Amino acid sequence: MTMDQDWQPSAAPDVIRRRAELLKSIRDFMQERAILEVETPVLSHAAVSEPQIHSLSTVYQSQDRVQQETLYLQPSPEFCMKRLLAAGSGAIYQITRVFRDQESGRRHQPEFTLLEWYQPGLDYIALMEEVSDLLQAVGLARAGRLSYREVFRQATGLDPHTTGIDQLQMLAMESGWKTCGDHRAELLDFIFSMKVVPQLGLESPVFIYDYPECQAALAAIRTGDPPLAERFELFITGMEIANGFTELCNAREQRGRFERDLLLRTQAGKPAVPVDERFLSALEHGLPPCAGVAVGLDRLLMALTGIQNMEDVLTFPANRN
Amino acid sequence: MATYSTSEFKSGLKLMIDGDPFSVLENEFVKPGKGQAFNRVKLRNLKTGRVLERTFKSGDTMEGADVVELNLQYLYNDGEMWHFMDTDSYEQYMADAAAVADTAQWLKGEEICMVTLWNGSPLSVSPPNFVSLRITETDPGVRGDTASGGSKPATLETGAVVKVPLFIETGEVLKIDTRTGEYVSRVKE
Repeated sequence: MTMDQDWQPSAAPDVIRRRAELLKSIRDFMQERAILEVETPVLSHAAVSEPQIHSLSTVYQSQDRVQQETLYLQPSPEFCMKRLLAAGSGAIYQITRVFRDQESGRRHQPEFTLLEWYQPGLDYIALMEEVSDLLQAVGLARAGRLSYREVFRQATGLDPHTTGIDQLQMLAMESGWKTCGDHRAELLDFIFSMKVVPQLGLESPVFIYDYPECQAALAAIRTGDPPLAERFELFITGMEIANGFTELCNAREQRGRFERDLLLRTQAGKPAVPVDERFLSALEHGLPPCAGVAVGLDRLLMALTGIQNMEDVLTFPANRN
Repeated sequence: MATYSTSEFKSGLKLMIDGDPFSVLENEFVKPGKGQAFNRVKLRNLKTGRVLERTFKSGDTMEGADVVELNLQYLYNDGEMWHFMDTDSYEQYMADAAAVADTAQWLKGEEICMVTLWNGSPLSVSPPNFVSLRITETDPGVRGDTASGGSKPATLETGAVVKVPLFIETGEVLKIDTRTGEYVSRVKE
């Protein structure tokens, strides 16, 4: 594509239309179930602490430009939506643009569209059913279900919960990651991404659920042996489409995870970020037991159209705006 | 030599891996939503030609390889080494049998070859896409048979053996496509 042609949209006209239809069918689905559409800010004083998610930031200046403050572009509307839930909103959803630094590739853009919704009173199993209903409503097949342990074992012969670090390292090195360290979460990320994910959801959509504790993110953890994160991800044609949890409601545990995240960030030489104290206050006030899920709508549109490159479902991807 | 980070691993970049020079073929960004970002990279070993896949954590750096490609004129073979010359600088380079490999069968002298140099020494030699070579030996031609589609082997002045149509005679000069090793046409002298 030459410079004089790159003013044009990269999505074909019928793909732009498919996106409009997808948005409409999602809004119809939510309305039927009395899930309320909300909007929350894109700019925030606090940033997500998860060590693997990098926020873009900008600077707000007072009129005289004397005072300046850093504002973060939301990588997910999660914290604000949970504040609404704690304030008694009931079931809510949002379709919004989110932003990630250091992410671009065939399936990644620094700016993309998320559908995020929360259902008080549901757990992750019930929410998987509701996501399956949504898939059907937008014209895809319902999703089957496999545990993280099952798929990991099928693909590698190893149990992700009990296999020792040395064996995971050996498999990682055999699979082309020669400089892997001894970080369990990273080793699982690598093996799962390279050996498991490419095979997932090839025939029909599939949920993977019950993640190892070290992959919990903001999910509630069910005590047991091993402890399991009540988390699921949806895969279609080897592509991650959605991520959901039974949400962690315990303020003290949430603060502990923030602190651990910040420590991991410091150890990895990544910038510390301000923790969202208002979000923690909301949890202290009381988040109703709920489950929530984030669905990547650009990828869902890729799954619906069979398009392989995210740029081709966007009007103007990052390299044309 | 400069170091490069994963986001700079574009197709064609030359990197040192395990002591060998490699050329990047493909670089895919892979990131689980909540997890570590990786770059899955396909590379060709410039010494062996073999392709391998390696994964790096996004942001990792690798040392670049001092690899350049030059168009050099083939001069002669001294029995052990093949000698090439840069026709601009008159600088000469010697390539061993491992670097010249199968390309030797197309070289008689004066061809302009693409030579890949690693740390200043030839690593591989690619012949021109087309060469003109004289036949030193082939079965007698079948006169008038320009259409039957049959073929026979012919030995060229460099020792290479190619399949040629039945009407071709010893002593003729042929145009050969070195990428396929196939006869293209007669060359009028």
